[in-house]
Amino acid sequence: MIDSITVNNISVSYDDNEVVKDVSFSFGPGSLIGVLGPNGAGKSSLLQAMLGLIPRDHGNVRLGSHSIDEMRKQIAYVPQRSNIDWNFPIIVKDTVLLGTYPKTGLFRRPKKEDKEWSMECLRQVGMEEFAKRQIGELSGGQQQRVFLARALAQKADYFFLDEPFVGIDVSSEEVIIDILRQLKNSGKIVFVVHHDLSKVRSYFDELVLINKELIDAGPVNKVFQRDNMAKAYQRELMLEGLGVSM
Amino acid sequence: MDFIHDLMTYGFLQKAFATSIMVGIICGVIGCFIVLRGMALMGDAISHAVLPGVAISYMLGINFFYGAVATGILTAFGIGAISQNSRIKNDAAIGLVFSAFFALGIILITRAGSATDLTQILFGNVLSVRSSDMWLTLIIGAFVVLVVIMFFKELLVSSFDETMAAAYGLKTRMIHYTIMFLLTLVTVASLQTVGVILVVSMLITPASTAYLLTNRLSVMVVLAAFFGALSSVIGLYFSFLYNLPSGPVIALATTSLFCLAFLFAPKQGIVSKKIRIMSKRKEATAKS
Ligand SMILES: Nc1ncnc2c1ncn2[C@@H]1O[C@H](COP(=O)(O)OP(=O)(O)O)[C@@H](O)[C@H]1O
Ligand SMILES: [Mg+2]
Repeated sequence: MIDSITVNNISVSYDDNEVVKDVSFSFGPGSLIGVLGPNGAGKSSLLQAMLGLIPRDHGNVRLGSHSIDEMRKQIAYVPQRSNIDWNFPIIVKDTVLLGTYPKTGLFRRPKKEDKEWSMECLRQVGMEEFAKRQIGELSGGQQQRVFLARALAQKADYFFLDEPFVGIDVSSEEVIIDILRQLKNSGKIVFVVHHDLSKVRSYFDELVLINKELIDAGPVNKVFQRDNMAKAYQRELMLEGLGVSM
Repeated sequence: MDFIHDLMTYGFLQKAFATSIMVGIICGVIGCFIVLRGMALMGDAISHAVLPGVAISYMLGINFFYGAVATGILTAFGIGAISQNSRIKNDAAIGLVFSAFFALGIILITRAGSATDLTQILFGNVLSVRSSDMWLTLIIGAFVVLVVIMFFKELLVSSFDETMAAAYGLKTRMIHYTIMFLLTLVTVASLQTVGVILVVSMLITPASTAYLLTNRLSVMVVLAAFFGALSSVIGLYFSFLYNLPSGPVIALATTSLFCLAFLFAPKQGIVSKKIRIMSKRKEATAKS
């Protein structure tokens, strides 16, 4: 059984400018969680601070009784697309194979099983026919699917995806959300940073709504309602027509 | 075939041959990571910054290796410290630190040695390689190649996606400084063959040539090592034949190989691209 994840009072600053302020929440196994908020709300910073990729001012993350550092190998993180060098000399199947590295460990090479497993992950996202392509020679949606396959290859318990649906085609989006649901159903904990409000209800069952501070966290029905959304998005969006319940 | 005959006959030429091949290989290998991590300028900086170390070793009467490695590492940390602790951008920090070290090095060398020493260090003179230098190069080379083979997985993932590497617990900062350390070793080993000024061409050009020819890092590393070694041999040949400083000749050899790949590489070459487009057009007109 996978341990719950608990975030306690995380704050993040860049040069004295606080962008995430005292955020806390907790989720149990089998959760598909949308991290929601307007642009610049601190969603990416929160995710990176949770994973210890950027320093936190204070606060911590517990996975059951463990710290993040003790559980690194159980964590798969798919960063925002912009951080990748798409001209890097690497082909699709080798990109997915990187997912097996954490559990392979130092001084060992991936074995035949690892290669077969990464091909299997590639098949799950429907990309096996592109196995030999250089990763820059794919569409945005296909690239995102490859990175999801890499995360699957990690056999992690906790998944963190930063804006996986930005700039991708509808069919890739369906493939990805399907797989995220499967992960959830098998008891994993999946965080997805998202800022498009239209599909929130159909995609997620839990939400973390932030705009620098935590506005609300919990089941979609509790969080995704007019007062909260108004607080998070303030004047930036008209709430009408977004399917927000009264 | 005089060159081959001379190579069989003269010990100094054999030493030069072995040394320059090893230098070509390790420059090619480390060069791949330098190019892919966007650290070309860093390569240039470290190679220039070893100069004061060479001068100081010379004054103290110790092997230049120790001083050069020390100032190389100092430079890597100096650049890191400035760009992380101030608003100065990385490329400016690099320029700032290495020009200071280089200037200091030139002054020290002029004081300590002679104009010939300076020219040799700046532009290389592979024919003056002694046995001890050759062994030093071979040992450094073996060490560098071994480290790259042992940590190839980690080098690959951290060069491609540093965030993922950090997320699963790799010490990416340590990997960065390890590469800086290897780069310093490679630079020191290359001093006599190509000289301080042109090490960067050996680091960047064979790796870039290889980059145009493959979509796999492992293949790129092997190709870069091959192109590096080939350039060294070509350079040594012309340097010996026409009595030229080896550094510039080797640098031009690497450039010639690059130009060939730039024009004719099957996928990336500009001539090959043109031909592909033209044949597609022909097909299209034939069909219609
Ligand atoms: N590396 C950085 N240095 C300084 N400020 C940053 C940095 N990264 C993000 N910020 C700022 O922090 C705030 C939150 O950014 P981010 O976490 O990327 O938000 P989101 O992912 O919700 O769009 C923004 O105001 C952004 O400008
Ligand atoms: Mg973001």
